[in-house]
Amino acid sequence: MEFISSNLQYILTGISVGGQYALIAIGYTMVYGILRLINFAHGDIFMAAGFMMVYLSATLPMYIALPLVVLITVLLGFVVERVAYKPLRNAPRMSIMISAIGVSYFLQNLAWYVTSGLAKQYPAIPWISDSISIGPATTKIVTVITPLLTIVLVTALVLLIKHTKIGMAMRAVSRDFETSQCMGIKINFVISITFIIGSFLAAVGSLLYFSNYPTVTPISGAMPGLKAFVAAVFGGIGSIPGAVVGAFIIGICENIIKGLGWTTFSDAFTFALLIIILVAKPTGLFGEKMTDKV
Amino acid sequence: MDKLQKRKKLIITAAALAALFIILWVLEQILPANAMLFVVLKKGAIYALVAVSMNLLNGFTGLFSLGQAGFMLIGAYTYAIFTIPLEYHDSVYQYFNGGIIKFTVPVFAALIMAGAAAAIFAYLIGLPVLRLKSDYLAIATLGFAEIIRAFFQWDALGPVTNGSNLLRQYPSFTSVLFPFAVAGVCILLIVLLINSSYGRAFKAIRDDEIAAEAMGINLAKHKQLSFTISSFFAGVGGALLAMYQTTVQANAFKSAMTYEILLIVVIGGLGSVSGSVLSSFLFIAASEWWLRFLDADTYIGAFKVPLLASGFRKVVFSVIIMIVVLFYRNGIMGDKELSAETFGGIRRFLRKRLGRRKEEVTK
Repeated sequence: MEFISSNLQYILTGISVGGQYALIAIGYTMVYGILRLINFAHGDIFMAAGFMMVYLSATLPMYIALPLVVLITVLLGFVVERVAYKPLRNAPRMSIMISAIGVSYFLQNLAWYVTSGLAKQYPAIPWISDSISIGPATTKIVTVITPLLTIVLVTALVLLIKHTKIGMAMRAVSRDFETSQCMGIKINFVISITFIIGSFLAAVGSLLYFSNYPTVTPISGAMPGLKAFVAAVFGGIGSIPGAVVGAFIIGICENIIKGLGWTTFSDAFTFALLIIILVAKPTGLFGEKMTDKV
Repeated sequence: MDKLQKRKKLIITAAALAALFIILWVLEQILPANAMLFVVLKKGAIYALVAVSMNLLNGFTGLFSLGQAGFMLIGAYTYAIFTIPLEYHDSVYQYFNGGIIKFTVPVFAALIMAGAAAAIFAYLIGLPVLRLKSDYLAIATLGFAEIIRAFFQWDALGPVTNGSNLLRQYPSFTSVLFPFAVAGVCILLIVLLINSSYGRAFKAIRDDEIAAEAMGINLAKHKQLSFTISSFFAGVGGALLAMYQTTVQANAFKSAMTYEILLIVVIGGLGSVSGSVLSSFLFIAASEWWLRFLDADTYIGAFKVPLLASGFRKVVFSVIIMIVVLFYRNGIMGDKELSAETFGGIRRFLRKRLGRRKEEVTK
């Protein structure tokens, strides 16, 4: 109990960061589930959403800027899929992954060019950037609403996937790409929807994530992106509840490590955890067991 | 191919290499030492070695590993730690009482040690990780590279690694011949390995693991071998990179570096050594040299050319990369190799084209 009260600050931050990782991780896990692609550009779409907020909020009032950021991010995710991944649908898996790395490289360089490489101050979003105290810890309201919002969004997503027609199509496509095509499912549409959902959640995640940090830089999407992907693998890639659980575990562990004064190892610890789980259970916590046929 | 032809081919290759070194030597005599060409050649040679070592793993053995930056880091640090002259220890390790390593080794021994250190780490990492498949292997090796990066910045290891501070003052090279010679020898060794029975086993594993196993190839042993050897050369490449940069810091060996090398390998063609070499020179030349003019503000008369500003070079460069990735899926060389025959082919092709044009003219 004493451990909890003395580390409350870190645990709260951990839960909050975990929620933000979860929102990004869902984008990774859904895309992987359908295309078997590690979408390396996802972290950079998250970063791009951060910059859009910086630039849009400078000229527009907040109630226009916020929805606009989400909208443009969704559009960006959609365009990236159409331009960089769709032409390679029948190419070997390696090509499409390289294309993802290329997009990531492009987005980072573009951001670098637009900002001249300077870190941009992230605007304070009214209300959610205000301070609040819980017991002995003081934190921003965003810390508290992140996990709640995450759970709401994830529940909505799970309902969408379980109970709607498009959700059923998604499940079918992730099970068997070619057969579902034969059954009349428009896979390009399904894949676009997947990217749109992923980018939407990344945009929300970005609003919440960067509210906790003073600045955005062109590479500030790389590490959260990588960690969210680790969370997705940790929970069993392709599984949405797995990604969420994985993200919360990683967020909390990482911040407790920071609380213990091992900041140098907070990133390394995440990867160590990943390697341990992969070696013990190669498909992650909730992953389905795959059998290879000769 | 009969023996005579084989010998002829060998002689041509050797002559071409000798000519290359002579040209480089002559260039060094006539051009100023800080010419952009030498920057490209030095960095290109180093990246060529690292790219070929990554190709051995990804293109020839079919193991999708993303740990290259980590092994380069180990190589770079091993080289730097064991070659910083004793008289500089106090200034380099100023926060750690001059460090605890109180001896130095010659440059060549240090290069081999750099490779060996990376290889030993790779062997240990490979034991658990190589059982994983495709993307899982990629993310696990990427994870190990990040762990290595954190370890080398750890303060408790400061007396050896200088914590998160720079390592500097170790011997480096000035002549472009040095990285060419070292990288050349290493690439030659890799080519010999690929053409040996081990190399054929690697390719068999790449093409079909189960079939390879059925043919009596020990999967675990060969994967481990390929992983360790690839890391050895990545370590040597890291040491060369450290020499080129004259300072080294763990923080620079991010996963972005691995992605860059992977791009080079794929653009050159997975499974083509000469493709990797060619594309690393092209990659470095395009990103560091040929597009340089895009970064400067340019005026034509009073008119300022729009868009040109610091960083625009990289944007254009990444667009070019995307075009190559999308439209030349197999890279420059595919899985073929550059050889005397390729040049013969080009000559025949040109002659045919030009010849036809002449015919059209005469008609």
